[in-house]
Amino acid sequence: MSNHEANTHGESHGSMKSYTIGFVLSIILTIIPIVVVVNDLLSTTATVVTILIMAILQFVVQLVFFMHLKEEGNPRYNLVSLVLGLVIVVTVVVGSIWIMLNNSVVL
Amino acid sequence: MAHVAKQANAAHGNGHHDEHHDHEDVKVFGFWLFIITDCILFGTLFATFAVLRGSTAAGPLPSDLIELTGIIVSTFILLTSSYTSGIAVLQMNKGNVKGLITWLGITVLLGAAFIYLEVTEFIHLVHEGAAITTSAYWSAFFTLVGTHGLHVSIGLVWMIGLMLQLKRRGITPVTKRKVTIISLYWHFLDVIWIFVFTFVYLMGVM
Repeated sequence: MSNHEANTHGESHGSMKSYTIGFVLSIILTIIPIVVVVNDLLSTTATVVTILIMAILQFVVQLVFFMHLKEEGNPRYNLVSLVLGLVIVVTVVVGSIWIMLNNSVVL
Repeated sequence: MAHVAKQANAAHGNGHHDEHHDHEDVKVFGFWLFIITDCILFGTLFATFAVLRGSTAAGPLPSDLIELTGIIVSTFILLTSSYTSGIAVLQMNKGNVKGLITWLGITVLLGAAFIYLEVTEFIHLVHEGAAITTSAYWSAFFTLVGTHGLHVSIGLVWMIGLMLQLKRRGITPVTKRKVTIISLYWHFLDVIWIFVFTFVYLMGVM
């Protein structure tokens, strides 16, 4: 049991570090798209792709460093339910955009 | 969830209260499922916004009205509050009630600053002639951004209530679970804001 306690203790030290790493990463991932958009550094398509990638990376940073998704034991119910949710969200968002893009021909 | 289970074990150091922990654990998972469904809610609002992006009905355009400086400030405020709510959880793991309440308090102040900036922005937009009834674009805008703001406001009330409870009851398995849940909720709101910031604001001024 003392072994377990030592383990947990070590982990909470690691957590302060992981929170700080996550915070710094999320700041960087926020500054990059701001700089790109405000200074008009890239073409429109390249800008959209860049800021989307930054948003997705930032999402992953929050999940890993703040919400501790990686520390989950098996079976990974949290991850599985998240993936299901994301499949629904992506289907709804991308599907809506796709349908309406085709619809505008009709309109 | 494993994270939570470890926290609970850390409090007691043995498996004496395993049954109780399992129960608290299931409640955290239940809240996780709520977050997933809330993601779907925001997904539909994002889809609506994406579809209505160009429908400004000859009214004011987002690129004319959105002032990115204020939005950038509120983005960093919310990012920082996500970090401070994480520090609150760490203080809780150390068993430091005072530290826990203090960091939750800092998180509340940052959240309140965010809401203040958002309300100021909304008032400014309405004064400039962009109300929720102006065009489909602004309807989608206020619904999406406002729903996020409503979530943050609810989180603030909830967090203040939890601080009062922590002051009275201290750190117990139940209050631990509650703090864990609200910090998950707060990180989740930060994630949603990142996408609001990207899709609504950054793409809006492009």
